[in-house]
This record gives sequence, structure tokens and C-alpha cells, in this order.
Amino acid sequence: MISTRALTRDFVVSRTETVHAVRGISLDVEPGELVAVLGPNGAGKTTTLRMLTTLITPTSGTATVAGYDVTTQPSQVRRRIGYVGQGNGAGHSQRVGDELVGQGVIYGLDRRTAKLRAGELLDALELKDLARRKVSELSGGQRRRLDVAMGLVHAPSLLFLDEPSTGLDPQNRANLWDHILRMREQYAMTIMLTTHYLDEADSMAERVVVVDHGEVIADDTADGLKAKLAGDRLAVTVAPGNIARLSELAGKLPGAREVIAVGDEVSVRVADGPAALPELVAAAQRDGVPIAAAQVHRPTLDDVFLNLTGRSLREDSNGKAA
Amino acid sequence: MTTLTLSATSTATAAQPSRNLLRDIRIVMARELKPVLRDPFSLLFGMIQPLVFLALFGPLLSGSMGGAFGDGVWQWFVPSILVMTTLFGTSTTGANLLSEFQTGAHERMLVTPLSRSSLLIGRALKEMVPLFGQAVVVIAVMTPFAFDLHLGGALIGLALLAVFGVGLGSFSYALAIAVRKQDWMFWVVQQTFLFPLMILSGMLLPLETGPGWMRAASKFNPLSYVVDAERTLFSGDVLSSAALWGWAAAIVTAALGLTVGIRAMLRSAD
Repeated sequence: MISTRALTRDFVVSRTETVHAVRGISLDVEPGELVAVLGPNGAGKTTTLRMLTTLITPTSGTATVAGYDVTTQPSQVRRRIGYVGQGNGAGHSQRVGDELVGQGVIYGLDRRTAKLRAGELLDALELKDLARRKVSELSGGQRRRLDVAMGLVHAPSLLFLDEPSTGLDPQNRANLWDHILRMREQYAMTIMLTTHYLDEADSMAERVVVVDHGEVIADDTADGLKAKLAGDRLAVTVAPGNIARLSELAGKLPGAREVIAVGDEVSVRVADGPAALPELVAAAQRDGVPIAAAQVHRPTLDDVFLNLTGRSLREDSNGKAA
Repeated sequence: MTTLTLSATSTATAAQPSRNLLRDIRIVMARELKPVLRDPFSLLFGMIQPLVFLALFGPLLSGSMGGAFGDGVWQWFVPSILVMTTLFGTSTTGANLLSEFQTGAHERMLVTPLSRSSLLIGRALKEMVPLFGQAVVVIAVMTPFAFDLHLGGALIGLALLAVFGVGLGSFSYALAIAVRKQDWMFWVVQQTFLFPLMILSGMLLPLETGPGWMRAASKFNPLSYVVDAERTLFSGDVLSSAALWGWAAAIVTAALGLTVGIRAMLRSAD
């Protein structure tokens, strides 16, 4: 569905300064995948998406989207993709229904079909009563749902979402995601989205592509990334006298690293926490080390990012992405 | 939810139209006109403005010119007001596009299969509609007073104005695209051009009594030719050389404006 090879994009800021926003991204997305591109602001997520949606041309490299080259056949690409940008797709001075029907007509539907289709989407996205309302009068959540509806008018097989839930409160975010996932099932859509919300990439995407400084630095399922790049952390509490002994046992677990003892707690990173914990408890019992408490901490994608870059993603979650 | 799936499959097959520029232009134009048609009150408001100018400036004009116009002041001034309405309306229209840049609506349209040039041409052509509406109101209101309507000339005058307006509107959109990252620049540039153009066209006050340099400068102002042409056309003189010069100025403005505007539109995604 999407295939890029060594895709780059430079922005000439001045005669002496060029920003390399994307520095060689090669990526393959199969039909039906739901891929989140995760990265800090300025990582090149949006620039990549803008190249894939034919808004800007790559400086070098190639990209095929929905079977067509983005540089040489942009109009073919445009017919086949849906796009929900960071802003609002519907004009603020327009009426909700007018914009949605108009979007259908743009994609080649006759007026009658476009009206029918707009009605269905308004219904499905809980915007039915707002068809005659002006776009500027909608709430943030309603406007975002309208953006999604606009992106779906022509039933594209591939949908791009650029930071779809930025600026929404948690309830509206959850609601928006319900709709997106339902629509995806109905249309068997491939979805690619950018986000800097860690939990969003974690819970929604089946595949997470981590981008930093214009390059892909990791690409796997969220669970795969965590197991490979962060691992689970076991935290086991024992009586102070047994700390040294327990640390030794913990170090013998398969794939154990970062064994740290603080106070009466020993923590250790392992690939598979739920399997390693009973093993450690059993070993401790055999050695006569009484365990007071034990926990498995599953890693977050932030741990993954931290391990990859030495920086936390949470440090810059404000401002606009490049 | 079965209906949704059904028409989804039918749309997938229907959505392969042969694209043509005229259809795209029509779509863009229709979209631009929607808010005007949905909210006719705003249109009405726009029509009051020229009337206010007529009512308040017209009498002053005839008084201050020492009665030089005699009864002909409206014959002289009504075409001016029509040109002025065009000038104000079309030169500010880029602001609408600026707001579409800010909201994201323009970006959305750039990702659709609409051709880039239709996004400019459709917008520019739409300017004719409110303009025509305003002109009809002004003429209808003024005809009972000492304004002598020559219908044929008036219609040709409006057509000329429409062509000129398309060009000016295109320039305004091109300006909006050029300054989209510092949008306050739009009004600075627009105002900087607007007033010299207006005054040096002899639109509000005749230049015949002005200093020589002003008269010389007005020769380089396309708007002067349009104003002169409108005056002769509205007096019924359809084939005067002033009218022909006016057409030349309007057509050149439209051609240049559309060229510059389309070029700007093609680069408006960056």
C-alpha cells in the first residue's frame, strides 16, 4: 500500500542553512495495516506524511502510495487516498453538510450519491443534527469528527491522519478513536497516522514506527518494541539482609540486565516479566529467601524511546510538529 | 450500518471520473459562493456600503467642484462607485484564502484530485457574482435620480468590470499565498497599493484639475483606463476609444493576474 525508499526532504531556510527534515526513510506498509508514526516534535513525521500525500515533493528517494508514484503520478495518488490534516478540513464559514457533499462531488460523485453518502457519514460519526450548522460553530471534537468524515467520503482504501487527536480532551479522543477503528473495519482501510501521544500509539496502532531526526529508529509492534528495546522490569521486596543474595538470583534470570538494589527492593530488566517473576520467586524460595512483595512493571513506549535516544518523549509534547 | 457499506462499495467504483478543468472550476466556484447564498444578509450588507458612499460623497462632490458637473454628477460618479466596489471587494478577497490556509481547509483541497489551477480560477471567477449583485442594486437605486441608464452600455460596462475584477481578485489571492506565513503582511501590502491606485485613477475626484505629475502617473495606472471606460460605457458610448482602452486594461490585468495567481497556487503547498 505504501512503499518508500531512501525518502528525503530538505528545507532551505536561508542561503547558509538547510534543514534536513527527513533523511532517508524506507518503509513498507501492507494493505490493512494500522501504522502509527511516533516521534518528538520536529522528528519529520509530518514532513513524511506530507510527501506521501503529494503535498510536497521529496528532495530525493521514491515513494509509491496506493500503487502510484507520488512525484510522477500525484493525481492518481490523490484519487485513492483520504487525508485528515492537522488543521480542520472544512472551511469555517461553510455549513457542515455543504462541505461534506462538496467533498463527495470533488471526488467525482454525482450530487445525489454525494448527499446520500454525506448523510451516512454524518450519521455514523454522530454529526447528524449538525448538517445545517456552520463549521465555526462546532466544538473541537465535532470538528475533528467532521474532518474524519471528509477524509472518508470517497471510501479510500488508504487513510492518512496527521495528529488526529491533538488538542482533544481524553473523552473526545477516545470517542474519535472508536469511530476511526469502526470505520476501518467497515472499509478494510489501511491507516497511517502520526502522533506524539505515547498511549495512543501504544493502544491503537498495530505497528509503531519510531522516527527521530528524520530517520526511522525502530519499527515493530508496540509489544515487540517494548520487549526488544526496553523489557519488563521486576521489582521484588525482601528483608534487607537478603538483598545481595536476591540480586545474585535476579542476575541469573534469562536475559537479565540492569540489576539495581535500592533499599529493600531489587529491580531487574527482563524480556518477559510475567514468565520471569515466578521463576525468580521459586529460586528465592529454594534458597530460603523470603519475598515480601513482587511486581512486574510493563514498559511504556517512552521507555523504548528513552532507551533508543537517551531522551524522553514526554519532555516535548507541546508546540507544533514540523 | 449495512447501508454505509453498500454505498461505500458503489462510491469506490463511481469515484473514477474523467477530470476536466471546467468541472473543477465549477466545483470551486460553487463552494466559494455557498456561504454568500446561505447568508444573503452579508451580501445585503455589502450592497449598502456603496450606497452610503453615493449618498454621502456624491453631494459633496458636486458642491466642491463648484457645480462643474451640473446635473451630470451621477453620470460621472455612479460608474466610479461601481469600480470602487470592485476594487475593494476583489482586492480584499485574498483574506478569505488566508483563513483557509490557517484552518487547514486549503490543505485538504490540495490533497483532493481538484486541479491546482481550478482552485485559483474558480475563486477568481466567483468574484463576479457579488459584484454583479451590488451593481444592480446601485443602478436600481440611482436610476430614479438624475442618473441616465443606457442598458446596453451598462451591461457591457459590468462585463468589463467583471474581467478586471477577476484579474484583481487573482492578484489578491496571489498576495495571500505569498504572505501566508506572515499573514499581517497581506493588509499592509493591500492598503499600500489600494489607495494610490484609487486616487491616481480619477475615480473619486477628477484628475484634470490635478498637477501634471499626477496626470502622468495615472497614465500608468490600469485602473484609470477602466474608470474612463466605465464612464463612457455608462453614458451609452459603446465604441469609444476610452472603452477600448478599458477593455485592453481589463484583459491585460486579468491575464497577468491569472498567470501570477495560478503560479502561486501551484506552489501553495510548501
